[in-house]
Amino acid sequence: MIKVEWLYWLIGLVFVVMAAQMAMDRTNPKRWTSAAFWGLLGLTFPYGTGVATGATMYKLPAEPLGVAVLALILLAGFNFIGKGVPVTTTEEQREASAARLGNKLFVPALTIPLVAIVCASFLDESGLFETGKATLIGLGLGCVVALVVGMLVTGERKLSTPIHSGRSMLEAMGSALLLPQLLAVLGSIFAVAGVGTQVGEIVNDVMPDNSKYFAVIAYCVGMFLFTVIMGNAFAAFPVMTAAIGWPVLIQQMHGNEPAVLAIGMLAGFSGTLCTPMAANFNIVPASLLELKDQYGPIKAQLPTGLALLGCSTVIMAIFAV
Amino acid sequence: MIVLLGVLVVILGFVTRRNPVLVVGVAGIATGLLGKMNPQEILAAFGQSFADSRSVTVFAIVLPVIGLLERYGLREQARTLIGKLGRLSVGRFLTVYLLVRQVTAAFGLNNLGGPAQTVRPLVAPMAEAAAERRLGARLPDKLREKVRSYSSSADTVGLFFGEDCFIAIGSILLITGFVNSTYHQELEPTQLALWAVPLAVCAFFIHGPRLLLLDKKLEREMALANAENDLPLPKETAK
Repeated sequence: MIKVEWLYWLIGLVFVVMAAQMAMDRTNPKRWTSAAFWGLLGLTFPYGTGVATGATMYKLPAEPLGVAVLALILLAGFNFIGKGVPVTTTEEQREASAARLGNKLFVPALTIPLVAIVCASFLDESGLFETGKATLIGLGLGCVVALVVGMLVTGERKLSTPIHSGRSMLEAMGSALLLPQLLAVLGSIFAVAGVGTQVGEIVNDVMPDNSKYFAVIAYCVGMFLFTVIMGNAFAAFPVMTAAIGWPVLIQQMHGNEPAVLAIGMLAGFSGTLCTPMAANFNIVPASLLELKDQYGPIKAQLPTGLALLGCSTVIMAIFAV
Repeated sequence: MIVLLGVLVVILGFVTRRNPVLVVGVAGIATGLLGKMNPQEILAAFGQSFADSRSVTVFAIVLPVIGLLERYGLREQARTLIGKLGRLSVGRFLTVYLLVRQVTAAFGLNNLGGPAQTVRPLVAPMAEAAAERRLGARLPDKLREKVRSYSSSADTVGLFFGEDCFIAIGSILLITGFVNSTYHQELEPTQLALWAVPLAVCAFFIHGPRLLLLDKKLEREMALANAENDLPLPKETAK
């Protein structure tokens, strides 16, 4: 059976190899600390197998990983990560090779989703993959197959070439790549420390008795705002649900459970559209697309996000409570 | 009451535009200490949740393949291809992509698209090419940025408001996991997925028209830019 942990090990390995390349890249003014950052991040993937819940292969304590995460935060937070000059082709070379290879260039790119679809829809039940992880594993398998196909199509012989090109994209993204994982960490610490119950007490103090509309607005707008702050609706959900969603909307007002919770989560998603803290959806694309204005995607999404917040509030008020 | 200072740290850091990685780190430690966790518990919490959330970083595995193909002219070929696709304007093209992204995500194929997998190598270059053909000129930098930003937005909105209609997705499992364990309920993922459909429809009918309006917006800004520079529109497009 193929386990999702194997994919994590592969990613860890890719990071470590890229880190080794960075250490040797003299065009990068911060090459040693950059290599330390990406190498350490790579090592957290296999070590994480021993820490993650449900992984039974080997059991490791979580504290050393916590120390590593703090080291990553310091390296990224005090600007120790730099980038080298990317080794790539010129625009003329690319146009010439595009003319030569034509639409064959799309084959490897489309291999990734194709393999993922096959894994998720046809092989999910086959017992070949760890339960519930078929799409994720499919993505990883798709990338491996696509790399082989890509090297055949382009006639590239050296495996170091794709690693080099991928590394340039990684360097362009920088520490924004780490932010989503760190926000998940922050969310779980907020939950353990009881931030949700505190917010609930405050809302209860200011809320007029039995006002259905006030409660709905407080839950939806609260999910939205908290997601804007935390960059992640998953982190906001336990906080706001413990504060208002469950005690007020469901227990006091007998709202429709699945409707309240599903729509509440989506109110948070509209917040994700509007915040730079949701780096992987807003800032990472901006750097991948080489935008000068890193808030470009957010500006394109902001009106949609606000309109959808309005929709969730109205739908919840009419149908859910 | 005092644990809310952690939230305040995030807001302050955000407002004063400090390095976000550092802000999140400081807020995590501060909240842990204010919530009466000892340093060892805080370290363990950092390590445990970092390990549990590794899946959000999985997209990095795509980078070598896309990097290789870009070296060999993937983006250039994407432009050429869309150049041959008849009358597809950038707005219509992105609306179609939004719909495809929503529908595939609703069937659980949320990893199909993404900024690294599809937007950078395929969607953005195609959108740019469609815009250039329509306007009959190379896009000025400002408008190029706008087209790229809207390409990214079509991917993100499509993903967010498609995936929740699928039962085995992270957010749905998070809701059932949290509610069933905290409040001892027996919620079924299918009930939740059903309630995600109305908002998915809203999302398409809000963002789709905005993408379609992009065509007009670009034409207007292009005319404005040309009027400012007093230049005639170049006619060259066959590329």
